[in-house]
Amino acid sequence: MTKELTGNEIKSTLNENYHSLIDSVEADHIVLKNEKEKLLSFFESLKNEKKFNLLSSVTSVDFLSKFVVVYHFTSIEKNESLVIKIPCGESRTEPSVISITSVWRGAELQEREIYDLMGIYFDNHPNMKRLLLWENFDGHPLRKDFVN
Amino acid sequence: MELNEKDFNYPLYSQTSEIDIEEGDVINKMKRENVEEIPVDDLSSNDELKKSAFVTSVDFLLNWARKSSIFPAQFGLACCAFEMIASAASRFDLARFGAERFSASPRQADLMIVAGTVTWKMAPAIRTMYDQMSDPKWVISMGVCATSGGPYYDSYSVVPGVNKIVPVDVYVPGCPPRPDALLYGLMQLHEKIRRYSLKGKSAGNND
Repeated sequence: MTKELTGNEIKSTLNENYHSLIDSVEADHIVLKNEKEKLLSFFESLKNEKKFNLLSSVTSVDFLSKFVVVYHFTSIEKNESLVIKIPCGESRTEPSVISITSVWRGAELQEREIYDLMGIYFDNHPNMKRLLLWENFDGHPLRKDFVN
Repeated sequence: MELNEKDFNYPLYSQTSEIDIEEGDVINKMKRENVEEIPVDDLSSNDELKKSAFVTSVDFLLNWARKSSIFPAQFGLACCAFEMIASAASRFDLARFGAERFSASPRQADLMIVAGTVTWKMAPAIRTMYDQMSDPKWVISMGVCATSGGPYYDSYSVVPGVNKIVPVDVYVPGCPPRPDALLYGLMQLHEKIRRYSLKGKSAGNND
């Protein structure tokens, strides 16, 4: 069975250079600050140095006060998994976070789905357009304030 | 005939000989009585009129021809498609009703079976396919999703009934309908086609 790392274990796993990125350490995940340039190099080190080579899922949550993007990573080599959350700003008009498609190619469609249904913009994504709904669809239907 | 244990000591024919004799009587009777050849109707007569004409109405003939060779175009969109496939396969066999061949091309189809949830993103494709079908053409809406949106009735992305996009002749309820239900829907369509007349509107033209 894959070991699910607790918040403190995740923190000790990470490279010390990136401890300044950490916003808070929770019971079963850590919350990172949304600093885009630094985040990309952090994710690269997570994949290449820490061997978390499998991106299990990218998803997002609407808390009305903020949007949170949730990443689940798994290391096949170490048989461990960890959860990272990134809150993306207070703005409901254009929340954005850095795209990790350049690191994990599997994130491409999942990020497009999040953009489609939740309206979170992923910077540097190679093809940032709607995935399931059609172009010019009014609104993002999985947002809590969406009205049909 | 009840079998007792002692009966097994005797040869079997002592118990069955009565039946055998009865059977033999029947055979002998048939052999005695069936001497003459039994005549059949001779259709190879030289009466030209009998060979080339029969009496019917044009309406009946047209409608019979149409309803007996409906070629469906499959539009399988969701789980209903499996039931549609099952009704075309050997166990239920849509071919019994003349819907012999599922067309890969809408241009050779008379009937569109819309099977499954119709999303707005799919709607233009359905309309295009309907327009490409040659007249006369009919539509069966299979399952509650295609009929009214079903469980997705109030959804932002699902068409609330395919009849908003194409005219629907027969609705088959169910989620998904069993193949029996689809066959019954096809029979109802036959019944509908049977009622067209040359006097009225042209058949299968709802536009």
